[in-house]
Amino acid sequence: MRFNVYVTLKRGVLDPQGKAVMDALHSLHFGEVRDVRVGKFIELNLDGLPEQEARARVEKMCQELLANPVIEEFRIEEVRA
Amino acid sequence: MKFGVVVFPGSNCDHDCHHVLKNVLSKDVTYIWHKTTAVDDDVDCLILPGGFSYGDYLRTGAIARFSPVMAEVEQFAKKGKYVMGICNGFQILCEAGLLPGVLMMNNSLKFICKNVHIRVENIHTPFTSKCRKGEVLKMPIAHKDGNYFVDESTLKRLEDNGQVLFRYSTPDGDVSSKANPNGSVANIAGVVNAEGNVMGMMPHPERVCEPILGGTDGLGIFTSIVEFLG
Amino acid sequence: MEDMETTPELIEEHGITEDEYQRIVELLGREPNLVELGIFSVMWSEHCSYKSSRLHLGKFPTEGERVIQGPGENAGVVDIGDGLCVVFKIESHNHPSFIEPYQGAATGVGGILRDIFTMGARPIALLDSLRFGSPDQKKTSYLLKGVVSGIADYGNCVGIPTVGGELYFHPSYNGNCLVNVMALGIAKKESIFRALAEGVGNPVIYVGSPTGRDGIHGATMASDVFGEGGEERRPTVQVGDPFTEKLLLEACLEAFGTGCVVGVQDMGAAGLTSSSSEMAARANSGIEIDVEKVPRREEGMTPYEVMLSESQERMLFVARKGGEERLLEIFRKWDLNAAIIGRVIEEQVMRIKEGDKVVAEIPVGALTEDAPRYRRPSRRPTWQDDLNRLDTDGIPLPQDYARVLERLLSSLNIASGEWIYTQYDHMVRTNTVVLPGGDAAVLRIKGTQKAVALTVDCNPRYCYLDPYRGGLIAVFEAARNLTVSGATPIGLTDCLNFGSPEREEVMWQFEKAIEGMRDACCRLGVPVVSGNVSFYNETGGVSVYPTPVVGMVGLIEDVERCMTPWFKKDGDMVALLGWHAEEFGGSEYLSVEHGLERGMPELDVDRELRVQEACRQCIMDGIINAAHDTSEGGLAVALAEMCFGPERTFGVRIGLRKRDIRADALLFGEAQSRILVSFSPENGEKVAEVAEKRGVNLDVLGTVGGERFVVDGLMDVEVERLRSLWKGGLEGFIEGGKVKDV
Repeated sequence: MRFNVYVTLKRGVLDPQGKAVMDALHSLHFGEVRDVRVGKFIELNLDGLPEQEARARVEKMCQELLANPVIEEFRIEEVRA
Repeated sequence: MKFGVVVFPGSNCDHDCHHVLKNVLSKDVTYIWHKTTAVDDDVDCLILPGGFSYGDYLRTGAIARFSPVMAEVEQFAKKGKYVMGICNGFQILCEAGLLPGVLMMNNSLKFICKNVHIRVENIHTPFTSKCRKGEVLKMPIAHKDGNYFVDESTLKRLEDNGQVLFRYSTPDGDVSSKANPNGSVANIAGVVNAEGNVMGMMPHPERVCEPILGGTDGLGIFTSIVEFLG
Repeated sequence: MEDMETTPELIEEHGITEDEYQRIVELLGREPNLVELGIFSVMWSEHCSYKSSRLHLGKFPTEGERVIQGPGENAGVVDIGDGLCVVFKIESHNHPSFIEPYQGAATGVGGILRDIFTMGARPIALLDSLRFGSPDQKKTSYLLKGVVSGIADYGNCVGIPTVGGELYFHPSYNGNCLVNVMALGIAKKESIFRALAEGVGNPVIYVGSPTGRDGIHGATMASDVFGEGGEERRPTVQVGDPFTEKLLLEACLEAFGTGCVVGVQDMGAAGLTSSSSEMAARANSGIEIDVEKVPRREEGMTPYEVMLSESQERMLFVARKGGEERLLEIFRKWDLNAAIIGRVIEEQVMRIKEGDKVVAEIPVGALTEDAPRYRRPSRRPTWQDDLNRLDTDGIPLPQDYARVLERLLSSLNIASGEWIYTQYDHMVRTNTVVLPGGDAAVLRIKGTQKAVALTVDCNPRYCYLDPYRGGLIAVFEAARNLTVSGATPIGLTDCLNFGSPEREEVMWQFEKAIEGMRDACCRLGVPVVSGNVSFYNETGGVSVYPTPVVGMVGLIEDVERCMTPWFKKDGDMVALLGWHAEEFGGSEYLSVEHGLERGMPELDVDRELRVQEACRQCIMDGIINAAHDTSEGGLAVALAEMCFGPERTFGVRIGLRKRDIRADALLFGEAQSRILVSFSPENGEKVAEVAEKRGVNLDVLGTVGGERFVVDGLMDVEVERLRSLWKGGLEGFIEGGKVKDV
């Protein structure tokens, strides 16, 4: 079973990296870009758990390690083969 | 002879390079702003200094390579003039395709600032002519992304062409994995392009050019290019 | 929102007491609206107003021949000759770092750097003083790693070397780590800038990152005791952007050169509110700001949020009228947001407008000099007497002295800090002459023959056992660190980290520590030029040990004459400047070996001063090759550290013939006022002469050489073994997750 996890800074939290990338895009004549958020993409492959339990475990992994709940939020996506 | 030190937003070793050329070696040197679209004709050698251009956001050097001045740097190199990239400057030159390879995150995943030893591999370049073959230089590294990588065929080409300038070594000149601070392939610390006029290195020669700072092993690199342009 | 009624619940939520609220009503002559209440709450918070500490801080000596700017500005300024001055300050970022160690520490670095460059100085050095809880707490290594990478990523990116610091673990920090950062900059004497909003009609310019909702109520958070659920107060954490800081630094220094800047202040704690009102207060003027003109990152922000936001990397300038365009042009060149958001007015009020509508109007004095001052009650703790009793007869002599030394060298409060400082760029700007690991960092001043030496120091255990003497020792030990580097102390900055001032015992500790520091400063002739107080370092009723961190700066007239602690030559003599004493109260030895924290070392001020003078004289005369302060771990640890040179390891052999003193006290006791030196045999007489002239005991202990560490009759161990234990102690703990037992 595969899960994709997307970790980004919470809305409202300053994203210095996103801002620098946006400025660079503007200077490369992509003026239409209104906002850039840079985050992390994590692929997890799990074995031997029923779907619901697996998802709950991934959720827990995000809370404890993959994301920093102080400033980041995460989104979990299950990938079906 | 005139040197130009490129100032990107976030460059922080620009003053250090300028200081060595101006105050230690008494050479003519000027700062070149990253928004410049015309580098003066009288400049013979450009230095891309260390630092965190654009905060190193996205990837080291990834945004800096699109600075207006980089088109100039490319032209400058094409004309056969000389370009040195130190640390972040090396990373930018790689991103811009002026040097082969990429600099990945150190295998320790940490920023490392300490003195290391590098062995001079090729003394027949404008940047190393004042060094002795196999000479071991002591100088600091200060980076988080200095883990040099090229694929096997490129590595072979670099080795065959003598494009490897420096390798991390022990104080005795032994190139071993123990002496490799960041995981660089074949212990590579610095390279030169095939034409021999663009070089990049991770260690900081500008930090060891005065005895009061604990060493002068960086001087050889600067005096090489100075004498060459002589 | 500003029209909301100020209910008792709202007032309490803002951390304002009933009495304080009555005072606000009196000062305004009416009830405050919500924006005003928010402004009062941050400006009257402990963090901004120093309401519990101000009365006591007045005891410090703050003047001296070299002092150009004492406390009260963004940073202190001290003359170093050659038309130059040093600008320095230390500041805490304890509460934010405990909640989010990486960002908390990073923004701490950003804030202190801005305090330096707002004064017109270019920062050239950072130092950090870090304290964490017990190593066996799960959270300790998480906090340490986060704090270290936060400092590293921020300082490295801005390109200011982190050249020194200290690290200390103790269970009293389990619920509150301490992160204190000191910065030093250098400026021409005539180009120092101050935070003044002068000249009616002059425009007020905002520059830097746009304002978001970050850290709203950060200043009140820092003045609040953590409840058990403290970690939930999270949304107030700010994120730092070192790249913008670097641009801001360069842009500010360029702007100062134009002659168009009247005054400038960093928007630190309490952001726009504190910077604007404090600048007006210092200049006896008023200020008017239109929040609609403030650059913003988020939509729909209220005047309350804009005024209280603690978004990082922002500055407030007052420009000379007509010069604003020139400044804006420089900020544009550096790709920074900038806008004219208001002007200096004659009436001494802070007037906040949203377009044409006035949303807050407060007399400037009400926020600054009329803020409450408290003389909090203080009481000597009942347990204090017991703490100072130490029955030495009950403490057995060690079986194996070498093993004790090994254990001390690998213990976390003594082991090498290399794991930390190799993550900091400590060489950028090419001034660092003595790298981290010595007693003090030494930086040359380009264009002169001079150098400055810097140190941060505090032994919180001493301060707990006896706050007065602990404060005294903190200052003298910092001075000793500078002295052994060949420097003469010229100025001091302090960061006073304590528990809740509402506890009488804490207040007593605070008062006594200040008195000790004051007495030491007076005797040394070193002024206090800047500082910071951090109260409420307390969780679940447990306060941190009193931790008055001393940051001290010394001047070396000739950089070639600076000294390091490491042995230089086989065959050199080793000697102690100072007196042996049968003393191990408060020592690391007593804690590590016997699990006791009791007693307290003595300090004789006259002897201390004479020892330091003798050492400086020897360095100036060029007759010694190494000098090292004996501190935590005593003589044996200091001697071992002298063997661990950055280039090579030395052996040493000494004899201790003081039969009337217990061997463990001789080797591991922490008697004060002692410096170990080494010199070539032909200089022996000269060293003895200097010592005699100053009335200092000189005890020649032995000789440098060989590959072993030998104390005749007590221990004989391979130096390389000691070195690897000392080097690996901290790394083993962090990478392995546990403390190694030797």
